[in-house]
Amino acid sequence: MGATVTRARTTRGEPAAPGGAPEMVQLLTPDGKRIDSARDPYGTEYTVDFTDQEYHKLYHDMVVIRRLDAEAEALQRQGELGIWASLRGQEAAQVGSGHALRPQDMAFPTYREHGVLYCRGIDPIMPLGLFRGVDQGGWDPSKFKFHMYTIVIGAQTLHATGYAMGVAKDGKVGGDDGEAVIAYFGDGATSQGDVNEAFVWSSVYHAPIVFFCQNNQYAISEPIERQTRVPLHQRANGFGFPGIRVDGNDVLASYAVTKAALDQARRGQGPTMIEAYTYRMGAHTTSDDPTRYRLAGEVEQWQAKDPILRLRTFLAEQQIAGDDFFQQTDAEAKAASQELRERVLALPDPQPVQLFDHVYPTGSAELDQQRAQFSAYLESFEGGAH
Amino acid sequence: MAVHEFPLPDLGEGLTEGEILKWLVAEGEVIEQNQPIVEVETAKAAVEIPAKWPGKVVKIFASEGSTVEVGSPIVSIDTEPAEPADEPTGGKIGETTASGRTAVLVGYGPRTTAAKRRPRRTDGPAPVAEPAPAMAVVAAGPALAKPPVRKLARDLGVDLHAVTGTGPAGSITREDVQVIVATPAPTTAGVATVGPDREQRIPVKGVRKLTAENMTASAFTAPHVTEFLTVDVTRAMRALDRLRAHPEWREVRVSPLLLAAKAVLLALRRHPMVNSTWDGAAGEIVVKDYVNLGIAAATERGLIVPNIKDAGRLSLRELADAVTALVQTARTGKTTPAEMTGGTFTITNVGVFGVDTGTPILPPGEAAILAFGSIREQPWVHKGKVRPRPVTTLGLSFDHRIIDGELGSRYLADVGAFLSDPEAALLAWG
Repeated sequence: MGATVTRARTTRGEPAAPGGAPEMVQLLTPDGKRIDSARDPYGTEYTVDFTDQEYHKLYHDMVVIRRLDAEAEALQRQGELGIWASLRGQEAAQVGSGHALRPQDMAFPTYREHGVLYCRGIDPIMPLGLFRGVDQGGWDPSKFKFHMYTIVIGAQTLHATGYAMGVAKDGKVGGDDGEAVIAYFGDGATSQGDVNEAFVWSSVYHAPIVFFCQNNQYAISEPIERQTRVPLHQRANGFGFPGIRVDGNDVLASYAVTKAALDQARRGQGPTMIEAYTYRMGAHTTSDDPTRYRLAGEVEQWQAKDPILRLRTFLAEQQIAGDDFFQQTDAEAKAASQELRERVLALPDPQPVQLFDHVYPTGSAELDQQRAQFSAYLESFEGGAH
Repeated sequence: MAVHEFPLPDLGEGLTEGEILKWLVAEGEVIEQNQPIVEVETAKAAVEIPAKWPGKVVKIFASEGSTVEVGSPIVSIDTEPAEPADEPTGGKIGETTASGRTAVLVGYGPRTTAAKRRPRRTDGPAPVAEPAPAMAVVAAGPALAKPPVRKLARDLGVDLHAVTGTGPAGSITREDVQVIVATPAPTTAGVATVGPDREQRIPVKGVRKLTAENMTASAFTAPHVTEFLTVDVTRAMRALDRLRAHPEWREVRVSPLLLAAKAVLLALRRHPMVNSTWDGAAGEIVVKDYVNLGIAAATERGLIVPNIKDAGRLSLRELADAVTALVQTARTGKTTPAEMTGGTFTITNVGVFGVDTGTPILPPGEAAILAFGSIREQPWVHKGKVRPRPVTTLGLSFDHRIIDGELGSRYLADVGAFLSDPEAALLAWG
């Protein structure tokens, strides 16, 4: 007999397993207690051994990205951005997995991966340009190894699978310096055909990919129990690769599990699915009103599992960081958000002729002609191109 | 002073307007950047808007409850307000300072800004800076209702604060709003402003607005034909007298309208096509096997048309009770929305106003309507001689898409036949 899949119902904000927390890899409890090591159902053992500076970095990045995210949301409310998808509540899943990536690894994000983007070293203003509508995103995906934000739900899992198959065909897997690919998506995306196709292809072709699903409990307003009758990570079993649930509000476990899965992929051991069990504290996007479909009590319950607070408690109790550090981090986050605001407001509106700039990498005679005609047309107005 | 006006942004991908739910700051208040200043509800979400600039709130342009177009300024903020030293410090106890606050023993007492809350706007899409006169409805926080309900309320001119919610957590439902429309509300009805030019401008809303919309829609979609028939109702009046004298009918209110209703119902049984609806979208005529008989009623709030469900199945006695109850309910303003929807044929009893007849407009979705004129003694040729006889004129409007002149005429003739000799008609077709 092979592994049996238990038919368990997941319930919003409550553990799937009766009596306790959902079975998931956890290294830092909600009240900030460190667990030395944890095993997944396949027997793999996880632990982390960070220096103080590394702990500081994780905390710093989570605090800064939460502050930047809040600033972006405020800017949208003030009419400066068209829309914003907040990551609040999901900082640990993103910062933990983001730091587990090696420079050569390629990431395929959704439109909410501001934390991963930040970890990849991309200027945090970039997604704001996109959502302000003044550019198409602006970062160089191949330079930062971070693909463009994908709005179409789940589509990037296929792009990632194709990319990962290419990595394998280039012979860049096998050994510790191999390349791995990570595809981010949400719980709602698991109901999409694209995601299931990506599972099939990557499994059959043994692609070096990690499917990182942030289960934030809601596909916009649709709760997880309307998406699945089994815990999401168990889906992977049916496609023929391991699925592991990690506490997505635990930055240490998120880091450890992602790192192990990426290493498996880069060594040629094929795909892994990670279900980071977390919660979207804010709205789906600024166009959404979560008070219409979920209860305040549920949000409070998750507030108690806050990813930043538990790390802060741990760092303080273990005297890894003191008040100076926390205050300095808050000040840095505030300064970064002020800077972000000023820079966003100063973003120039795009010139109409920029339409032609990125169509072909090497230009085209016909397009050059069109650009010239369009420029002449714009110049025919009084006061030039504007 | 560096005053910036903050326009209502598009809060959710292509919205054109938002409703101000609640101001979280008051004029004169000093605020920080990103401090929540106002709750706004759009078709998508109710959200808090954080202040774009730190500074002092100079003026709030959009009152709570008003709907503001995206791009219209809702508040102005002075980002370089004068130092607080401006505030007069030397006011004597009991004196009122320039800012309207009274010096008390400690500090400057309670601010009175709350009392400056502007009245709710009731018409026009533009934000109002001026208070609309005579509309001093003070809101106590936002009313709980979903956006479609808010829209319905706005369309019907219903102030949500005047509605008691029966939905979850006391939220206001669609039905709650409709009940209010059906209920006389003297506080808001007939609010009108008389200008210096001796013209009165009455906001079109509520029942008036609904009626106007229905009548316009009906008049310009259904080709109306109206036919008239004058009948001698002497026998009908005698029949009524006998009914009134009957021991079992002693407590029952009996009026000519009852016989008109019976006439209409019996004639519908003989001409079912008259009891139908033109379904243009489906390309079908829907012939109904039931009659929900509408009786147009003039109420304080305006014209309403409640109907008697499945009136064709009622005995004359049951019909009499139903008519009495319907009129009673309408007069006391307790008609429910359900009682006003689903009508299939309507009688408008214009006779009670002393007029002979009319050319009524069809209620939307109905194929015919009968105007029942007054019954008056008139010279009438009876058995070869001119006699004073009680006579009435029936006016039947019908939808010519469904009903041809022949059918309409036969139907009207049957109604007339009943009223000129109810007993014979009952025996013949009863």
